[in-house]
Amino acid sequence: MINVSLNNEAAEIPDQTLLSEALAQWDYGEQKLAVAINGEFVPRSRYGEVALREGDRLDIVKPVGGG
Amino acid sequence: MHPDPLTLYGETFDSRFLLGTALYTSPTIMRDALRASRCDIVTLGLRRQNPGDRSGDAFWQYIKDSGCKLLPNTAGCKSVKEAVTLAEMSREMFDTPWVKLEVVGDDYNLQPDPFGLVEAADELTKKGFKVLPYCTDDLIVGQRLVDVGCEVLMPWGSPIGTGQGLLNRYNLRTLRERLPNIPMIIDAGLGAPSQAAEAMEMGFDGILLNTAVAKAHQPPLMAEAFADAIDAGRKAYHAGLMERRQTASPSTPTIGQPFWHQS
Repeated sequence: MINVSLNNEAAEIPDQTLLSEALAQWDYGEQKLAVAINGEFVPRSRYGEVALREGDRLDIVKPVGGG
Repeated sequence: MHPDPLTLYGETFDSRFLLGTALYTSPTIMRDALRASRCDIVTLGLRRQNPGDRSGDAFWQYIKDSGCKLLPNTAGCKSVKEAVTLAEMSREMFDTPWVKLEVVGDDYNLQPDPFGLVEAADELTKKGFKVLPYCTDDLIVGQRLVDVGCEVLMPWGSPIGTGQGLLNRYNLRTLRERLPNIPMIIDAGLGAPSQAAEAMEMGFDGILLNTAVAKAHQPPLMAEAFADAIDAGRKAYHAGLMERRQTASPSTPTIGQPFWHQS
């Protein structure tokens, strides 16, 4: 298992888990979201290629009200 | 009046009112306010979502149902890097290259960081974004933003959420006069419809606000009031305001004044 940060909270996940697999495990399902890892935007087309690594910081965002 | 659409980045809009979607007491009230505002463009944001949290589903459904064009923001970003990354996330999520670019320079008054703003606008424009920068009323900053490719400017009236109206009319008039062909939307700080009307009378092209509507006792009614004021201000701008004078000048003819006798 590796330790990652999911929206600034600690999470554990098997080493080399793909981002697409992690999103499914974390129950994000088909929700409207966007992802950045370590402050870098990850396009949806790459979810099936990017493997998570120890210490990765993930930001997963959704639409909210804004001004 | 003849049709008077707002044109931004080659797209035309009937309404000159852009409304924010935050701070409402419920998604239903937000929906009703959007309808009452007659707006064609809404702003919205992106925030962290924890697994299994579906609390924003109703909000998002109402936004989609509104049919409005989406203008995602980079609110809260304090660096160029943060703003650019969030803009990239919003472009994918909302399938739009439009972004309301915010780079915050100070926590106290949420004043835009002009240097970071220009740098981020430059980078995003090169990446194909249509950048609508939330900026101060400084002319040179406005010029620099135009230089790097911004086709719209969104100067503040006063700091976000203050309701202070147009704090620096001299700067705003200068900006308007020196960049006459750049669409300008007064963004932030307006608290009353009369302030929006004044901005429109000065020749600004549109109004973007959120708090003044969302925090009203009756947000839909306030949204309608702002929409009416914006329309009125625009008509007054086209009609041309009279010049101010120091001394009184009678409007009723003086010739033929009864009871007057030469002494």
